[in-house]
Amino acid sequence: MADTKNDKPPMPASATGIGDRPRKTSILDKHKVLEKNATLLLAFAFLVVTVGGIVEIAPLFYLENTIEDVEGVRPYTPLELAGREIYIAEGCYVCHSQMIRPMRDEHERYGHYSLAAESQYDHPFQWGSKRTGPDLARVGGRYSDDWHVKHLIDPQSMVPESVMPPYAHLMDRVIDPQYMDDLLRAHSRVGVPYEQAHIDNAVADFHAQTDPFGEGVDGLLERYEENPDRVTVNVRNFDGQPEVTEMDALVAYLQVLGTMVDFSTFEPDASR
Amino acid sequence: MNHDAEQERKEYGVETTGHEWDGIRELNNPLPRWWVWVFYATIVWGVIYTMAYPAWPLVNKATAGFLGYSTRALVEEEIAEVNDQNAELIARLAETDPVDLAAAAAEDEDLRNYAINGGRAIFAANCSQCHGSGANGVQAAGYPSLIDDDWLWGGTVEEIAYTVAHGIRNEQSLDARYSQMPAYGDIFSAEEIETVVQYVMSLSDSDGDGTNDRGYAYDTAAVEEGGQIFYDNCAACHMDDGTGDPFQGAPNLTDIVWLYGGDEATLIETVTHSRFGIMPAWGEEYRVGGGLSQDEINAVALYVHQLGGGE
Repeated sequence: MADTKNDKPPMPASATGIGDRPRKTSILDKHKVLEKNATLLLAFAFLVVTVGGIVEIAPLFYLENTIEDVEGVRPYTPLELAGREIYIAEGCYVCHSQMIRPMRDEHERYGHYSLAAESQYDHPFQWGSKRTGPDLARVGGRYSDDWHVKHLIDPQSMVPESVMPPYAHLMDRVIDPQYMDDLLRAHSRVGVPYEQAHIDNAVADFHAQTDPFGEGVDGLLERYEENPDRVTVNVRNFDGQPEVTEMDALVAYLQVLGTMVDFSTFEPDASR
Repeated sequence: MNHDAEQERKEYGVETTGHEWDGIRELNNPLPRWWVWVFYATIVWGVIYTMAYPAWPLVNKATAGFLGYSTRALVEEEIAEVNDQNAELIARLAETDPVDLAAAAAEDEDLRNYAINGGRAIFAANCSQCHGSGANGVQAAGYPSLIDDDWLWGGTVEEIAYTVAHGIRNEQSLDARYSQMPAYGDIFSAEEIETVVQYVMSLSDSDGDGTNDRGYAYDTAAVEEGGQIFYDNCAACHMDDGTGDPFQGAPNLTDIVWLYGGDEATLIETVTHSRFGIMPAWGEEYRVGGGLSQDEINAVALYVHQLGGGE
């Protein structure tokens, strides 16, 4: 057996160069140094991963078509931002995604596919890939505030076949907005274009959004609306209670989702 | 290494890796040829793939790939392809004036089938969350049943289509159906409200037994006085006989159907604080990135109309 095998020259021992290969030395033989030196292996493994990361991630920060140019997307108001914090704290993202994919069935059910620009002020984004409940990327304006409040208190009272748990406690939790300016400041640090005026008026704007006849509404709209013909800030008492509760904030957030983009200014970029 | 490669090749047909554990040595067999070639093939495939599809980042954009693939173009093609199959029916649905829809659907079975099947899907995706999967509404919570013959804003195909397109009391469409009952808690005393509620309950007491048709008892002694308050304040919208006015969304108070409940406590609450039920506008001009086109509005109106209550 052994003799017949000797008729043809053997393959190189292995790409890793383990074992003696006296016939010729290749660059792969030098790999042995890495394999025998754990610290060096760690350093080179890190180098390789870094290069891979830079090649895959860095271009997203400078390519022009990463975030398409559309009109209408604005930073969240303080109340909406507080609602987003509650959305995350309550774990809504565990069952609900916020990304309508470019597929026909999703288009039929949820509407226009989501654009990167729509989550450019989301830190972190809420895209998700797991849906127990429906996608919420365009839930804004789809239902009345009353429906949202009743549905969050007792989902089965509105949709008997739903498996969503109740969130009635949101009605009792009054929000103390004392850290609202810090919340805006934190978001401005990671690139959301809040200006000093937004941060200085965060608490006032927080209260103004649930008081349509109050004094602060004009200031709120002035700071957050760019186009007076397309008002996307909903100013209402969302839960019908005099205090600003977590219910108000969450419903305010839900009612603005997916309503900001002015699709008349959107042209799909072919190279995506 | 202290092993002799020549010797090993003679002995085993292949050299060992030089490792030895308790006398057990590891043969260094070459990788199977087929595996090696598959490995090379995947590398070649990978390079071609990145040339075919969008991949390599350049200065301003990434390479587009020679196949010209685009998910966004693809989904638009798919939507167009399905719409093209029904282009003729869609066009006729969209162009038919809602006034003539019922007649057009009665005449043409294809149009009717398309509208009702399409309308069912549209209803399930957009309407069922409030009006229920079976269109039975949410009883006594303010979300009307669409399968009875009690219509707040009218139950013809035309009126349903208008309500779907513009909604009710929303901030989205300027043409939304709108009316607002005053909150009589600011105008009447609690006794007056209680009195008029007794009269309202008597309106739906068809057998005159002192309980309304929902089975809730009322105070017959207060009916006459309550009737006077009703004529002076409520009849302008709910009509003298309490049968309501669909042009103002004023409900019929004489039937067994109650949007928020027909018991005394609920009626007192309704009169005291009034109600303000909202339906969003579904016309695509009022809904960013979604909404229903005219053919879809007409289809869902025809579907709702034939559920049982259509006028």
